[in-house]
Amino acid sequence: MIELAAREGRRLENDAIGDSPLAVRGLTVSYGQKPAVFSVDMTVQPGAMTAIIGPNGAGKSTLLKAALGIVKPLSGQVTVFGRPLEEQRARIAYVPQRASVDWDFPTRVIDVVLMGLYRELGLLGRLRARHKARALDCLARVGMRDFADRQIGQLSGGQQQRVFLARALAQEADLYLLDEPFAGVDAATEKAIIAVLKALKQAGRTVVVVHHDLATVTDYFDNVFLINTRRVAEGPVIETFTADNLQAAYGGRLATAQVDQLARVLG
Amino acid sequence: MSGSEFVPLSLTPLLIGILSAVACALPGNFLVLRRQALIGDAISHVVLPGIVVAFLLTGVIAAWPMMLGAAGAAVVAVVLIEAIRRLGRIEPGAAMGVVFTTMFAAGVLLLEQTDTSTVHLDVEHALYGNLESLIWLDATGWASLVDPVALAGLPVELPRILVTLAGVSGFIWLFWRPLKLSTFDEGFARTLGIRTGHLGLALVIVAAVAAVAAFDAVGSIIVIAMFICPPAAARMMTNTLEGQVGWSVVFAILSAVLGYVLAGYGPLWLGAHDAVSAAGMIATMSGLILALAARFGPCRSRTGAPVQS
Repeated sequence: MIELAAREGRRLENDAIGDSPLAVRGLTVSYGQKPAVFSVDMTVQPGAMTAIIGPNGAGKSTLLKAALGIVKPLSGQVTVFGRPLEEQRARIAYVPQRASVDWDFPTRVIDVVLMGLYRELGLLGRLRARHKARALDCLARVGMRDFADRQIGQLSGGQQQRVFLARALAQEADLYLLDEPFAGVDAATEKAIIAVLKALKQAGRTVVVVHHDLATVTDYFDNVFLINTRRVAEGPVIETFTADNLQAAYGGRLATAQVDQLARVLG
Repeated sequence: MSGSEFVPLSLTPLLIGILSAVACALPGNFLVLRRQALIGDAISHVVLPGIVVAFLLTGVIAAWPMMLGAAGAAVVAVVLIEAIRRLGRIEPGAAMGVVFTTMFAAGVLLLEQTDTSTVHLDVEHALYGNLESLIWLDATGWASLVDPVALAGLPVELPRILVTLAGVSGFIWLFWRPLKLSTFDEGFARTLGIRTGHLGLALVIVAAVAAVAAFDAVGSIIVIAMFICPPAAARMMTNTLEGQVGWSVVFAILSAVLGYVLAGYGPLWLGAHDAVSAAGMIATMSGLILALAARFGPCRSRTGAPVQS
């Protein structure tokens, strides 16, 4: 009887993994002695927008990078739409942190967006007019069409972030993973980005965002994943984004101003 | 200068100088953008102990053992640099500095302890190379370029550097997209399935092969200069990677030609009698070009340029 229940439980869990655009099991990542992410399970819901929330150094970006195979986990499994990550790379688009690259690199805006077509073009595939047209269209969707021939170093922070988003759009993926896309951008860019992300959701795509601004979580997202090295809570914003869970994730690290702000947001 | 004088005495050293400069400048573009420019410096220094060890083992100065010894030393150096960087938790520049000075010093000591007086292998040769001696005595004029007998007497360094340059160009042409992607945004490149670690190692190995082949012909001064100066100068002429690589080739050729001509004839024009080292003059020219590009290049001041350094 117990065995049957256990088997049943296993089956249900596997079903959840099968449906999930991104399912992580027992993921542990360490850069040195101390783990940055410890034994984390995460099951992203399809067709929704999920925020990964947690204090600085809680392992938010590391979780994303490990899920993408950018950093090597010590242990754990990652499945993308129920299959191993390596088989599903074409279905994933990724927007790294803006500060992670050198914006003095000698390249133009359009070239960065075209990088999103690498899997299609391959090593020597010919770059055709339709590829360029697609890249320009992606730039138009983030309001950067007129900047196509600019050197990327000439852009503002918000414009750089939009170019990164355009590159992800060019990937035409089913799962979009964004690392702090709203960090240090102007209000107009934040609005533009969230509009694009919501349009992706409307089109049935799944969006996961490492997010730092607690005040906008309820406005922007359907689901929330709270992390502080370990998983704290996961679920729909209404049920999961509670003062108790936040207290558990942030501990004493929430500034008074943030607590006040949250009290207003959460009522 | 007539063909009968130019072809045997100047054509081959000039060509070897040009090909060496271009072979180093091409991978140098990526190394400079990856903030790994010192790797070129490191490789060209560690080549010395590699060559000495190869000589000790085989007892002859032959191309293949030397190339293998140098390449082996380059790989040892790259592994050591990585190990020191990770275990010691210090910045890559410092790790490279420690490794290449130590290995170069070890090479000098080894060289002193061994009897290499009978062969042409010494510190001076390692630094300046011997560009002027790579003459083509079988040639009698331009007609020799189509004469199989004369061609057989070409200095062996010429075909060797030609093959090396072809290999380097082929690697960069084939892997242009992943190289560009992983140099600009390594994390993103990995999400596309590009094996950035392997590619980075391949780039360093290609640079090492270019350095070893060029070192044999022209010495380490040119190698160090050509890995950095033409790409750095080229960056100030353009805002695209394609443009930068193109300009770096132009600057490498310009340095080689100007350097060779000025070294041979500059002192005469100034009333002196002896020519100066071509390798030294070529490296000096590349520095001068860098200075001019830094002063007058159209893309020398960029809003996105890092403030520090």
